[in-house]
Amino acid sequence: MIRNSASEMASKLASGEITSVEITHAHLDQISAVDRDVHAFLHVDTEGALDQAAAVDAKRKNGERLSPLAGVPLALKDVMTQKGIPTTCGSKILKGWRPPYDSTVVANLKKNDIVILGKTNMDEFAMGSSTENSAYGPTHNPWDLTRIPGGSGGGSAAALAAFEAPLAIGTDTGGSIRQPAAVTGTVGVKPTYGGVSRYGLVAFSSSLDQAGPCARTVLDAALLHEAIAGHDPKDSTSINAPVPAVVAAAKAGNVKGMKIGVVKELNGDGYQKGVRTRFEESLELLAAAGAEIVEVSAPNFEYALAAYYLIAPSECSSNLARFDAMRYGLRVGDNDGASAESVMNLTREVGFGREVKRRIILGTYALSSGYYDAYYGSAQKVRTLITQDFNKAFEKADVLVSPTCPTTAFKIGEKANDPLAMYLNDIATIPVNMAGIGGMSLPSGVAEEDGLPVGFQIMSPVMKDERMYSVGAALEAALLSKWGAPLLSTIPALAGSK
Amino acid sequence: MTSLSRDDVAKLAGLARIEMSDQELVSLSNEFTVILDAVARVQEVAGADVAPTSHPLPLRNVFRPDVVIPSLLPADALSGAPAQEDQRFRVPQILGEE
Repeated sequence: MIRNSASEMASKLASGEITSVEITHAHLDQISAVDRDVHAFLHVDTEGALDQAAAVDAKRKNGERLSPLAGVPLALKDVMTQKGIPTTCGSKILKGWRPPYDSTVVANLKKNDIVILGKTNMDEFAMGSSTENSAYGPTHNPWDLTRIPGGSGGGSAAALAAFEAPLAIGTDTGGSIRQPAAVTGTVGVKPTYGGVSRYGLVAFSSSLDQAGPCARTVLDAALLHEAIAGHDPKDSTSINAPVPAVVAAAKAGNVKGMKIGVVKELNGDGYQKGVRTRFEESLELLAAAGAEIVEVSAPNFEYALAAYYLIAPSECSSNLARFDAMRYGLRVGDNDGASAESVMNLTREVGFGREVKRRIILGTYALSSGYYDAYYGSAQKVRTLITQDFNKAFEKADVLVSPTCPTTAFKIGEKANDPLAMYLNDIATIPVNMAGIGGMSLPSGVAEEDGLPVGFQIMSPVMKDERMYSVGAALEAALLSKWGAPLLSTIPALAGSK
Repeated sequence: MTSLSRDDVAKLAGLARIEMSDQELVSLSNEFTVILDAVARVQEVAGADVAPTSHPLPLRNVFRPDVVIPSLLPADALSGAPAQEDQRFRVPQILGEE
């Protein structure tokens, strides 16, 4: 039962074949069985999830009209607030904090009767590409427990691949939904910036952060996308326009006559051989499905990584100033006569991990007088150039594609002491965030040399998110008929797994 | 090549309100030499004729109707406070004695 897709679970719930309490129990059992090894969850809300499931079952029994995913369980990244439930962002500075309010994403999940199983592990404040920066220990990739599950949303992606949840919420600032999806053989979507409310998403880099759906199929991601998206007056950067028709696009999966642009700069040297092979194969399948493949060039993408590692730290140095030990969270050194300033200094020393400190200091430097124009100012100009590259490319193609990441999942610890090598993971995902457009990663098979999953990235223009779902669904269908079964059916079994 | 000395990092850490050990200051100063070299590449293409982008959406002056809506009760707002007194956040001394 737990190996079904969310939409299969939804139909079984609708027909009365199973109840939400049963399916929630099944997932809680799986979490008990495998999460000691995977460590996808930071908090499991057994009681809350079962209460919510029982309430949906009662509504269904009374013949109430329910949303398409009503009663299906979900794992929530620990960066989204949920009233009364611990929300740590993977940081010691928020240990034990229980938010007094729901984020808009959580309010929408509850409105749709989607059952929230618990909170998933992540790099501290979403800063990282491996989930090794969590203050609560790393998450392990279910394909190979010695490897990283990607980051920052490694917990959400690993929960899907380990069948601990059929749906999850992630957030993507530079690839934190798409890169974990790629290395775990799951689907992850970063909607257009402003498509999903940021209210209650603990801010890392406000002009880049975007919450989105994670799932095991393109249709499941689309169903979750429509459940959480839409205008929210509580987020001034939320787009006041109808939600793109992503479910219809995912159901049709039609790419006939579509122009698919291969970004020349996001391939080639530095990309693992098996990653390139899978990418070429996917292009052939899309061409066979009726799409026209064209090549596009985005010459300024090579500067995206550098610009990102100025813009994101700059915004984070400002956003994380709110963790000041005064109103919530950790407080250290509050002895008689200690000044507020010394309490802040000591609390932030103990409460923040190394990568967070590194980025706060880098951002403080990039924004400081005398260096602002050379660093933050120049990075903002690069952002303009990247957006112009996208605009030109979208004149030639309806969507753009690339491998999601240059390599498959690396070993835990392998890059932990080399920040620049770690940052290179996000080379293909970052341009999307800089321009605020939509991006999806879906599994395109495994690399021959290591047997690990490879992601295929699709990028669509602002508020044309339905296009990436059309292409994603078409490719998924073509790969499924080639393989005969979903990629995750080949994942090695975890000890104790149901 | 740009580099940040141990003392530069100490000054930035002070501005960012983060206490740091000497060892941490030295290792960050070494890392920043490498990181700044990598990020300084943005200066290669950022010509004077390029306008900066601070945000992906061209939004300006977003308003909402000026109506009263439910908000947090004092007990909720204080629920995560490290210390509280008389329905207020109790904080360490901010101003000096003198």
